[in-house]
Amino acid sequence: MLYPDTVEAEILVHKPWFVATMFGVVLLLFMAFNMSGTSFAELMRPVIGEPSVSGLYGRFAIAFAIAVIFTLNVVLIGFAPIKFQIGIVWLELLLLFIAFFETFHLSLPFIREKLPFLISQGVVTTLYVSAISIVIASVIAVAGAVAKLSSNGFAYAIASFYTSFFRGLPLLMQVYLIYLGLPQLGFVINAVPAGILALSLCYGAYMTEIFRSGIQSIDRGQWEASRSMGFGFALTMRRIILPQALPVIIPPTGNQFISMLKDSSLVSVIGVWELMFLARTLGQKTFQHMEMLISAAMIYWMLSICLELIQARIERRYRRSKVR
Amino acid sequence: MNAHVIIEARNVSKWYGAFHVLKDINLTVHKGERIVICGPSGSGKSTLIRCFNRLEAHQEGDITVNGVALHGKMGNVADVRSNVGMVFQHFNLFPHMTVLMNCMAGPMWVKGVPEKEARKTALKFLERVRIPEQANKFPVQLSGGQQQRVAIARSLCMQPAVMLFDEPTSALDPEMVSEVLDTMTELARDGMTMVCVTHEMGFARAVADRVIFMDAGQIVEAGTPDEFFGQPRHDRTRLFLSQILKH
Repeated sequence: MLYPDTVEAEILVHKPWFVATMFGVVLLLFMAFNMSGTSFAELMRPVIGEPSVSGLYGRFAIAFAIAVIFTLNVVLIGFAPIKFQIGIVWLELLLLFIAFFETFHLSLPFIREKLPFLISQGVVTTLYVSAISIVIASVIAVAGAVAKLSSNGFAYAIASFYTSFFRGLPLLMQVYLIYLGLPQLGFVINAVPAGILALSLCYGAYMTEIFRSGIQSIDRGQWEASRSMGFGFALTMRRIILPQALPVIIPPTGNQFISMLKDSSLVSVIGVWELMFLARTLGQKTFQHMEMLISAAMIYWMLSICLELIQARIERRYRRSKVR
Repeated sequence: MNAHVIIEARNVSKWYGAFHVLKDINLTVHKGERIVICGPSGSGKSTLIRCFNRLEAHQEGDITVNGVALHGKMGNVADVRSNVGMVFQHFNLFPHMTVLMNCMAGPMWVKGVPEKEARKTALKFLERVRIPEQANKFPVQLSGGQQQRVAIARSLCMQPAVMLFDEPTSALDPEMVSEVLDTMTELARDGMTMVCVTHEMGFARAVADRVIFMDAGQIVEAGTPDEFFGQPRHDRTRLFLSQILKH
């Protein structure tokens, strides 16, 4: 929370100076571009005549119209309750986004044809590679955090070497090193397990640090109270410290999960048929790269939104014991 | 060794680095005895009672609690701790658990008491500290005084042989001090062995069998409340009492 002040300020987007500035900036911005070739200019034809010969007057008229629409839009949204504001702004940004993709003249039948395979093969592979890696990374993180906080020199040395190494190398390089390096030692490893191993080790290293800071955020008094009742280390950790560290750990961990979902695309370089790999290869034959890339992009985004929603739910659950 | 001795400290010394916190402390606590330890801040009184359940380690001398010697290599420290209740200045309740669960956790997880029985015991002791109606709330929803009483109930649920109080009223708002002291007085009346670090001199006068005054890591003076408040023998004690009773 930003805990807003109790003194009621006038709504920003209704302040005359703000509206005027916004109008001016938008006007100048669109004056700077030559919009005479766009479909918006076509709409302006009754006012400016033939767009291509309308010159400076045409530019000004187009920019002026856009600035009026934009400013009016913002001012009107300013009257709505906050929930509507959020909804409308999301919707408008989404529409702009779609309009942007429209300019690519994507072939929808091609997307429709390839989408089932993209999902049944690509999304499924991406999901299970990420899911398994997340579980392993979390286990590594708990062990690593305990080791980094322990007074045992060996444990600390191993854990700090591990986090330093795996945070210090690019993930892409780790993927190559594991896939190509392990066979040198005699372990011939398939692409999928190699990818999972690389992702788990890399994210385990980041999450070790998150878990460590979470555990450290718990007051010493909790340890003492727990000890004074005769709880051993494992019990203290499992029942007292970790449950309280979770609200601290969850937001950055959610971040890591989302990041992991997208970084799983890096295992495409060793030929795992996950979402990114298919997005690159399916469109290649017919040079319809954009169709597949944008589809995959949308799928990644939707998966991330699912994770965001899950994270929000969990955060709400753990906030319960803090409510007064 | 006398069976009625609960805590025995002999020639105990402790250092924090070069700083000598406890200097050659000798103290025996008998069963049913109520002891109040007072003294200026930094005198080592909290450190001393934290040595009694080995939240702190002493470096020289012997501490025996309930017949078990405390030292660095003991394997059964949990047995000793589950017999020694401790109440902290800042309550240290487990904020992610309900009041009831705070009280049930120890018996269930350390002593293996079945849930039903643990609940019964917990409710009994919550009743005794007079807050059974708060059982299903979380600690943050309670006032300071209520939280401290829950902390007392939580310790009592372990059926300890002795209770240690580490300035239990120092973090409380003034109007909540008396509800906690009343609870402690009742506990004393029921025959609980208690060692209290506190500056509540009224409580010391009314409840203590012995008052111990510590300064600079040493026990300066020990005696019954009448002796201690009536004819303090040492200048340091007189000074401390005059300062603390001035207002």
